Amino acid sequence: MSVLAIAEHRRGELRPVSLEQLAAGRELADELGGELHTAVIGGDVEAFGADLNREGVDTVHTVDIGEEFNHDVYTQVVTQLATELDPTVLLMPNSVNGLDYAPAVANRLDRPLVTDVVDIDAEDGLTATRELYGSKVETTIDVHADQAAVTIRPAEWPTVEADGDAAIEAFDATIDESAVKSTVKGFEEVGGGDIDITDADVLVSVGRGIEEEENLDIIHDLADALDATVSGSRPLIDNGWLAKDRQVGQSGKVVTPDVYIAIGISGAVQHVAGMKGSDTIVAINTDPNAPIFDIADYGIQDDLFEVVPALTEQFQ
Amino acid sequence: MKILVTVKEVAAVDDEFEIDGLAIDDRYVTADLNEWDEYAVEAAVQIKEAHDDVEVVTATVGPSETDETIRQALAKGADRAIRVWDDALDDAGLLDPETKAEVLAAVAAEEDPDLVLTGVQSADDGFGATGVTLADKLDMEWGAVVNNLDLDLEAGVASVHRELEGGVEELTDIEIPAVLTIQTGINDPRYASLRGIRQAQSKELAEYSLADIGLDAAGIESPLEQTSLYEPETEGEATVFEGSPEETATELAELLAEKGVTS
Repeated sequence: MSVLAIAEHRRGELRPVSLEQLAAGRELADELGGELHTAVIGGDVEAFGADLNREGVDTVHTVDIGEEFNHDVYTQVVTQLATELDPTVLLMPNSVNGLDYAPAVANRLDRPLVTDVVDIDAEDGLTATRELYGSKVETTIDVHADQAAVTIRPAEWPTVEADGDAAIEAFDATIDESAVKSTVKGFEEVGGGDIDITDADVLVSVGRGIEEEENLDIIHDLADALDATVSGSRPLIDNGWLAKDRQVGQSGKVVTPDVYIAIGISGAVQHVAGMKGSDTIVAINTDPNAPIFDIADYGIQDDLFEVVPALTEQFQ
Repeated sequence: MKILVTVKEVAAVDDEFEIDGLAIDDRYVTADLNEWDEYAVEAAVQIKEAHDDVEVVTATVGPSETDETIRQALAKGADRAIRVWDDALDDAGLLDPETKAEVLAAVAAEEDPDLVLTGVQSADDGFGATGVTLADKLDMEWGAVVNNLDLDLEAGVASVHRELEGGVEELTDIEIPAVLTIQTGINDPRYASLRGIRQAQSKELAEYSLADIGLDAAGIESPLEQTSLYEPETEGEATVFEGSPEETATELAELLAEKGVTS
């Protein structure tokens, strides 16, 4: 009745979700009355393995194979680890890379997969909590199986910080090279414009609520009046209305300005991941149920097309 | 060459809504083609336009009510559509990615595509796992969260960018046949032209039961059971300014001035 959590790293750094999984995994292992195992695949496994030796971990498995993530390698190794260790719950990160191998592993192990879980309980069978419709509602799901694969949402659990006394064991995986049919050629940083939104003290950030590209004028006018920098949420960048280096969120920049003014931004989890560390968050949105109000310090629940020009006028 | 695009009709929920049992009350939802799938359809149609002899086929798992939504993909340039539905799927409750992938894999086995495109995730359940599960069932290569695609048909390689977190993209070469899950922003999805909408009415939309695609309805069982649906408690402690736009703007301006924001 054990738990196995698969760590994630990129370009020499262990990603925080690796340590958050240890918190989620320890809770589950306690409920199951079993051990918590974690495994790291590729890169400097010795250093990563030592770093994963945190409170509550029973065994760290290191798999010295390759440098960076490759989904064909991960799929094979994790399938072998799970077959060997037979965990009740196999935990993986709900990250871009996690979603690039977890479904294949679950399929090979013939385990049900529940992704993007924000809470999980193994007290009386496995029950997972997920969000639907862009965080508008939550749902609980009973998993009718003895063993399952689960991906957990980053930043929902705390990282485990305290040192542990886990056994560190090397795991020998066998890779079928003929099944490795994709090659990672490198990485590219996006953006490269002359504006660094992470440097701004005040960000005027705009979302889907602006409706049309022409309407962006009122946002630029406000930013000019406040001597602030304009940033935006994903739809604005997808539409090409703002340059990619202006994107705040999981796939864009993480910003921590003194003041973040979110205008017409609903506050999807991917966006919030990029701005929740701001000192003061102000939200202007017509929808009083928009999740942005959950993390805002101040809010105006009204039409941005009326509020924004009125606000600009106050500073002119 | 044949491209299979798997698409889904999703429900968009109004700002204000009510919950009816385990679902959002019908009165507050609008059906639409999943946003991510729109980008996948556009990517397929662009490949068709750039090469000779490319057929674009869409496949969906859903009841007959979804036909109108599925025709949106035909209006934007897909050649024909396949829709699979069955009482057994209706009875299965929450369709998990594995069950959906099993159905789509049966369709793909019949169609034998060179490339399968689908959205990264659906806007409603957002499992984000159907595409990669499908690839593994088909014993195909795959790539998840693709936001740039360059196809070299002669070499049999798709050179893609995968959009990782934090403004970093991974540059990867993927052997085809493959399943690629397409991220929003990869292209600029077209609007259906009036001519396209007219033409879509006469394009083939084939309807299959599970038996039609060689699956045993008795074997369809989702291991996931939805037991509740509720609005999350707001954790917010936001101070909400009340009044007319002029009043709230004035209050906000005072606050910003206190925080040191000046013109």
